[in-house]
Amino acid sequence: MTISSIVFILLFLGCTGFFAYKVKLILSNIRLGRDVDRSDNKGERWKTMARVALGQSKMTARPIAAVMHIFIYVAFIFTQIELIEIIMDGVTGHHRFFMEALGGLYTFIISLIEVLSLLALIATFTFLARRNLLKIPRFHKSEMTGWPKLDGNIILYLEFLLVMFIFTMNGTDEVLHLRGESHAAGSGGFGFALSSWMGPAFFGGMETSTLLLLERIGWWGHIVVVLGFITYLPFSKHLHIFWAFPNTYYSKLTKKGQFTNMESVTNEVKLMLDPNADPFAAPPVDENAGPPQRFGAKDVADLTWANIMNAYTCTECGRCTSECPANVTGKKLSPRKIMMDVRDRAEELGEFKRKNGVDQEDGKSLLGDYITEEEVWACTSCNACVQACPVNIDPLEIIIDLRRYLVMEESKLPSELAVMATNIENNQAPWQFSPADRLNWKDEA
Amino acid sequence: MSELRVPTMAQMMAEGKSTDILFWVGCSGSFDDRAKKITKALVKILNHCNVNFAVLGTEESCTGDPAKRAGNEFLFQMQAMMNIQVFDGYQVKKIVTACPHCFNTLKNEYPELGGNYDVIHHTQLIQDLINNGQLKVVGGDTFKGKKITFHDPCYLGRANDVYEAPRAVLEKLDAELVEMKRCKTKGLCCGAGGAQMFKEAEKGDKEINIERTEEALELNPNVIATGCPFCNTMMTDGVKNFNKESEIEVLDVAELIAGAADLV
Repeated sequence: MTISSIVFILLFLGCTGFFAYKVKLILSNIRLGRDVDRSDNKGERWKTMARVALGQSKMTARPIAAVMHIFIYVAFIFTQIELIEIIMDGVTGHHRFFMEALGGLYTFIISLIEVLSLLALIATFTFLARRNLLKIPRFHKSEMTGWPKLDGNIILYLEFLLVMFIFTMNGTDEVLHLRGESHAAGSGGFGFALSSWMGPAFFGGMETSTLLLLERIGWWGHIVVVLGFITYLPFSKHLHIFWAFPNTYYSKLTKKGQFTNMESVTNEVKLMLDPNADPFAAPPVDENAGPPQRFGAKDVADLTWANIMNAYTCTECGRCTSECPANVTGKKLSPRKIMMDVRDRAEELGEFKRKNGVDQEDGKSLLGDYITEEEVWACTSCNACVQACPVNIDPLEIIIDLRRYLVMEESKLPSELAVMATNIENNQAPWQFSPADRLNWKDEA
Repeated sequence: MSELRVPTMAQMMAEGKSTDILFWVGCSGSFDDRAKKITKALVKILNHCNVNFAVLGTEESCTGDPAKRAGNEFLFQMQAMMNIQVFDGYQVKKIVTACPHCFNTLKNEYPELGGNYDVIHHTQLIQDLINNGQLKVVGGDTFKGKKITFHDPCYLGRANDVYEAPRAVLEKLDAELVEMKRCKTKGLCCGAGGAQMFKEAEKGDKEINIERTEEALELNPNVIATGCPFCNTMMTDGVKNFNKESEIEVLDVAELIAGAADLV
């Protein structure tokens, strides 16, 4: 085994091992959330995943971004074939491992990857321009400064490097192969769609030794960027490339207007309405019951695992925020920020509990330290954010759970809403009208 | 004007008559002066088509929707369970309501508490009545050359995917139906949902209903049509804010149809 193979294997195992370790931590952060049963309707769930994640159906609402995103998405998927070959070559010391076995199909696949890579390059420049030159408002909201802004650009820089390395590798190899100097078997042109003319055009005048060096730079550059990308991914918003699939699978299937039913409350209310219930009876003792669950959510542990998975799936595109009626009229609420806060808090709490033990609390909470009451009360529950999300994230469910905590645990709510509740209790209407007057409209002129 | 026939469930039961459909009037429709006109317009249509309906009258109560949206699950479930007892006492099977908030709650949130009913929005009922020939809309000159734009209520549209019924009904009028830029799945909220109707908005640059009204005004409509008493209030206020109330009417689909069908 050559030194280059050993270096490759160590680098590969190191980066993928680190990625697996970080994914394990993220999974444990997601498990901070309460349980929710999403094991129903498997057929419908697979269909939703196929349509929304695989088929990108919700991206089409914004056609330019959708087309550009499709370029990068499809290029990413097909480039995996070339990546597998690079890994095989790296381990075995071969060059173009699949070429002889696949024959004409190989030429077709690599040609397709080249065309898609060019489209991905166009998309990369378009996205960089949209983020940095065109000043599209959703990329410049208050939550998109500092790290989130840099994160969005880093991914695009990596994408640019990746495509550059692919074309350097294939372009130089084409010239080398024409000269019979390539490490790949045979000689003459490879016949790949773009590098067969791009190679001679850019690299035709170069020395063979320079080309051999450039080809290796292209090859190593490509795999190093890929491994760097894998290592970087767990720290980035870019995790949506994986989470989009389970997230859409486990997304809410009921009508958007249907808010969750709180069963713990149902039991209490049934008891209150039951004329035969003994108000002084001690509650039945359940040995398996844990500590009583909080009403609503104060921290990420009060949310469901699906809510936290939503947060890790968010790629901060901001479609939710740009459609939010509260946000477009200048209120503090931004559904994207809600998701980013949930993720950041899950990271923080998960890290704390791993260091100090699961029973320990750090004295901080999602509500208060990350999300303010002002944000929570600005929501109109219109579902525009839920509708807009291309990967079926539901910020509204989280907002409502935060409201439930404020109202039912702390009685902290806008005074007008407290009056409204009193009116419903006393007058059976949110306004202070007498219930006896409910049918008066019938006889009014 | 002929008198409205509005039987209550209690009267119907006392007379030993059965009822096909319960008209759930809702708190707005019962108490708000503007919304009462929508209620009456719908009753005119129901009477005209001889629909065998009844209301609960003083036995009706808040569905609990605003309590639930405001995070008060206790109050919501108390209301829901009391209402379900009333419904079940009258063996209610089908409900129509002119309020998308009541519609959504009755349809989607009552089943988990034991209340299963066939719940429809009044625009869906009107569409059915037109389709089966019970209601003839004679647009005539009333709407000729007029522009109508429909504002999608969030709890009818996005929340329940009802986009076509109100539009299909409005298309029966001899008017031009124009769409705002943000319509259907992308429709912008009027600002009243999620219990915002009952409180001041948080600090911002603008009120949501003003943002929405501006969008409607760009189309120079004669009528802004709605299918929700809250949306109606918000859009009416928005139009007044721009001093356009003499040029632009904010009307419910039921009012437009009741007018065109010459029932008034």
